[in-house]
Amino acid sequence: MVTSPPKIEVRDLRLAYGHKEVLHGVSFAVPSHEIFGIIGPAQSAKTSLLRCLNRTIEFTPHIHVSGSIRVDGQDVRRVPDVYELRRKIGMVAPLPVGLPLSIYDNVAFAPRCAGLTNRQELEARVEKCLRQAALWDEVKDRLDTLGTKLSGGQQQRLTIARALSHEPEILCLDEFSIAIDPVTTMRIEDVLKELRREITIILVTNLTQQARRLADRTMFLWNGEVVELDRTEVMFSDSPKDRRTYDYVQGNFG
Amino acid sequence: MQPFQETPFSRRKRRNERLAQVVLGGMALAMVIPLLLIVGYLMFKGAPLISLSFLLSNPTHGMREGGLWSALLGTIYLVVMALLVAAPIGVLCAVYLNEYARDNWLTRLIHLAVINLAGVPSIVHALFGLGAFVLFAGLGRSILAASLTLAIMTLPVIIASTKEALASVPMSFREACWNVGASRWQTIWKVVLPNSISGILTGVILQVSRTAGETAPIMFTGAVFFKKIEAGNPFAYALTDQCMALSMHLYTVTTQVTNAPEALPYAIALVLVGAVLAVNATAIWLRSRLRSRKKW
Ligand SMILES: Nc1ncnc2c1ncn2[C@@H]1O[C@H](COP(=O)(O)OP(=O)(O)O)[C@@H](O)[C@H]1O
Ligand SMILES: [Mg+2]
Repeated sequence: MVTSPPKIEVRDLRLAYGHKEVLHGVSFAVPSHEIFGIIGPAQSAKTSLLRCLNRTIEFTPHIHVSGSIRVDGQDVRRVPDVYELRRKIGMVAPLPVGLPLSIYDNVAFAPRCAGLTNRQELEARVEKCLRQAALWDEVKDRLDTLGTKLSGGQQQRLTIARALSHEPEILCLDEFSIAIDPVTTMRIEDVLKELRREITIILVTNLTQQARRLADRTMFLWNGEVVELDRTEVMFSDSPKDRRTYDYVQGNFG
Repeated sequence: MQPFQETPFSRRKRRNERLAQVVLGGMALAMVIPLLLIVGYLMFKGAPLISLSFLLSNPTHGMREGGLWSALLGTIYLVVMALLVAAPIGVLCAVYLNEYARDNWLTRLIHLAVINLAGVPSIVHALFGLGAFVLFAGLGRSILAASLTLAIMTLPVIIASTKEALASVPMSFREACWNVGASRWQTIWKVVLPNSISGILTGVILQVSRTAGETAPIMFTGAVFFKKIEAGNPFAYALTDQCMALSMHLYTVTTQVTNAPEALPYAIALVLVGAVLAVNATAIWLRSRLRSRKKW
């Protein structure tokens, strides 16, 4: 772990929307094949942090970013092709977004945008991703129906399949279980445990217990600052370094 | 004691609910009445004159007899030309403003200009068209100058309606596309436009009726009271010609021609309204076709 560079390295990241700074100098590093949990109350800039990683933050007007983010040792602001950076990072939003396309096209969308046109390759990719997202068996007979017609839980797995469709090396999940039932949540958690063998996962979650179940290390982000970052057992033990961590994970936080 | 009891409050609530339904529904119905009255009255007065030969022959005897071919064809030329110019420019403009433009003073200025242009009276557009196209650009009074004037007039409205259609596509769709490495253009082409096309088309087609009905902008720039062309020939006008138009013809026959048959103005109006309604009906049909493929 010491020898290879971390998959993601964030140093002193600051982000402001207009004059309002929401990330106040955040630093952390994530090694390959880790599940990295990020916990913290609403408004602590977790989503904003993820949007900095794949540079979709640039679609928001009037933002100021400073500090550095490195993916595989390369500064994301200097990558020659920002679309390639975004394909390297799969992103799953809190609310499932089935694009108004067929199930097949939902998953084939990203490879097509990247220039893949070969039918067999596309079909193979779609099947692989739907299988990885544990959705294949439920939809394999109706790939041409609209993605938006699926149930919420299925749409969230479709979203995950889409996030995997560009074969990312990093998968970011932003409170993915906020709109789905516990059974589906558990299924997706199993999926994540499978995926970690191949990719690095950043798991932003509002359910502290989910981080506890899945994450190797967990970061407590609060109001745009890192309160504590440690192995998950330590964070959830009776004696984390910071009193606020203890209060938050025990659920008695203001 | 019964589990569900009527109280004075619940009774009042129920009564108000029914009242609201009746009043609102009544208003909606009342909306339809003027339309029915207008069309019905026009039919009653004008229908006897309508026939295929009325549509396909030219006015004769100082416009007291014959048909309205030259005016009908002129209106078609003007509307088609105006929309051929205004629709692509307007839609592309709106796509830029809604999907690309950053929120800065220049963009806000453009928005302001669009909104205000939409509110400029048509007679002012007429003067602008006279100055810009007829005189300055040297197009003379012609179909070209008149349809460009109409295009300028409809442009801001098309921009506004297209922007509205684009804005109705949820932001989350765009974000989902960007997240998987789609460029702005790929997102627009594959997701945003397919899902707003019915609204965009509706906005454009609604401008057909507006353009067809206008008199002021074309009066100064290319429409004439009378012009002799070959009856029944759809290519009888050249773009550099002046032309007749239904709206103007109606005005002429009503106010300038003595002893015109009483039914004539109504027949002209009926053709104008009929043509516009036919276009709108097509639009509604098209819209429902596209809608049924709509996806969320
Ligand atoms: N597009 C935006 N424009 C302005 N402020 C924003 C925007 N997105 C988020 N914020 C602000 O940034 C702060 C952090 O938000 P967010 O990153 O969504 O936090 P979290 O995901 O932890 O709930 C909030 O105070 C929010 O109001
Ligand atoms: Mg969030």
